[in-house]
Amino acid sequence: MIEATGVSWHYGANPVIDGVSVTARPGRVLGLIGPNGTGKTTLLRLLYGALRSPHGRVLVDGDALSSLPAREAARRLAVVVQETGGETALTVAELVLLGRGPHLSTFQRTGPADHEIAARCLTRVGAAHLGARAFASLSGGERQRVLIARALAQQATHLLLDEPTNHLDIRYQHEVLHLVRDLGTCSVVVLHDLNLAARYCDDLVLLGRHGVAAAGTTDEVLDPAVLEPVYGIGIRRLELDGAIHLLFHPIDQSIDRRIDERSAA
Amino acid sequence: MTATALSTGRDDLLGVAAQRRLTGLWLLALTVGLVLTGLVAVGTGAIGIAPATVARIIGYHLVGLPGEVTWTPPQEAIVWQVRLPRVLLGMLVGAGLAVCGVALQAMVRNVLADPYLLGINSGASSGAAAAILFGAGAGFGQYALSTSAFLGALAAALLVFLIARSGGRVTSIRLLLAGVAVGYALYATTSFLIFASGSAEGSRSVMFWLLGSLGLARWDALLLVAALVLGGTIIYLTVAGRRLDVLAIGDETAQTLGVSPDRFRMRLLVLVSLSVGVLVSAAGSIGFVGLVVPHLARRLVGAPHVRVVPVAALLGAILLVWADVVARVLLAPQEIPIGIITALLGAPFLLVLIRRLHATGA
Repeated sequence: MIEATGVSWHYGANPVIDGVSVTARPGRVLGLIGPNGTGKTTLLRLLYGALRSPHGRVLVDGDALSSLPAREAARRLAVVVQETGGETALTVAELVLLGRGPHLSTFQRTGPADHEIAARCLTRVGAAHLGARAFASLSGGERQRVLIARALAQQATHLLLDEPTNHLDIRYQHEVLHLVRDLGTCSVVVLHDLNLAARYCDDLVLLGRHGVAAAGTTDEVLDPAVLEPVYGIGIRRLELDGAIHLLFHPIDQSIDRRIDERSAA
Repeated sequence: MTATALSTGRDDLLGVAAQRRLTGLWLLALTVGLVLTGLVAVGTGAIGIAPATVARIIGYHLVGLPGEVTWTPPQEAIVWQVRLPRVLLGMLVGAGLAVCGVALQAMVRNVLADPYLLGINSGASSGAAAAILFGAGAGFGQYALSTSAFLGALAAALLVFLIARSGGRVTSIRLLLAGVAVGYALYATTSFLIFASGSAEGSRSVMFWLLGSLGLARWDALLLVAALVLGGTIIYLTVAGRRLDVLAIGDETAQTLGVSPDRFRMRLLVLVSLSVGVLVSAAGSIGFVGLVVPHLARRLVGAPHVRVVPVAALLGAILLVWADVVARVLLAPQEIPIGIITALLGAPFLLVLIRRLHATGA
């Protein structure tokens, strides 16, 4: 469980996140959604301690994150960041094994159990065949899956992912998020695609220009009346076989008119 | 590569055991190579001595074996008093510069990092030259020299990194330019200090600081200090191999894998400065070893630092001893500064690296 209370972050004089509180509950997937520039990634970074909020606090299973030693924090929080490390000369297997680091003492090297965990995690993301390849030689989608495998190999009690579906084709977008759901750990995911959020998240926090616009279960937040003013786009919600699907259409008539004028010209 | 990983079977899922065996073989081969290099190098010079005789003289001095003396007293003096300390210092300098290069490359995530190119060597020589000029503690002797060389190296390294760090990212071009600028400024300072002190032709000349020499090696405290500092550095970097791997990927990744990047980087910087300070006060400024050797080591055993550090140390030691042999015999009886040999090997290598950087647009 991750509980953030009243956290803030400023880039220069502009507050990106200002007094925000979110809770990620055990065994549930929390999605952070919102338009560009509303601070989804910044909020996630506050949750795993890459940024330290000047006010408020972040508790991980009841302990203040700022008071946890780095290694202990890494045993509790596994993070997939957007920094890919694409220039590294490590092989895929070596990179995934680094995820075992927080569980090893300084003088300990990886053992058969660690190798088995790493191999299993590679298999889970469909990258078992890539083990001997140089990480730098992989495609964007392959890299993303390997980085997720490394986070899984950390076997942390929480998993935080910053737009994990970036660079992935539609099949792997679903496979990766399906995997996150299946893990049953407390997960926090920054997502752009609201339909992916609808299918794979239990709870959502919707960030708008002025902080948290809505928070609650996926069903509550994915309400056109809530979403439309934040995104500035028309939304229709359909429920097929008990699953929520969102359809989008422009509501700003002036945009339509401008497009019409341009095509007429 | 894939084929070998598959053929290693079910017990070695990721090919780790196979890779460890390969690394073990390389370490063994390079250790044997280093010993042979030492014996041949000690035997090479104006008076040639067979490696077997060299081995016997060293064995006699170390453990009193073999009891029977089959060599002449001059041979013994040449081996034990003159050439052995020189070869040992060469090994220490080569190993030390190589692992400092490895550490710097991981710290700044840049394959062009090298203590010489980044001006750390010149910081050390400025510090040492200042100690000589201002005659810091005659009784303190060699330690004063090493200490001020260390402080000079640390100051230069901090300065270069501060200049090169733009918005948290160290770019190749800024790093190299900052290193060159700081390096030149400090070499000018060193040369000025030497001339000002009136000891331009003394034991440590301008030539010594610019191009290095193993000619001052003898059985003294400095050799012992160098051995201790470098032994410690190599062990620390090997043990910290996983942390170096993680740091080389990125700060954010390091942090999420339980390594505090800033604290670790600072520790590495102090360690590198300490090693460079000791090496430069003993052997002057020798370039390019820290640039070339890490690449060779990665070619042999891959990128993980736990393997790269010890292999680079052995390779660096072997390379530098041979460079010194060439420096001694090429224009014998005249001795060439060893830095000329390493630059002749290293500069073309740097050009190839720069070309490759340009090609990938990094």
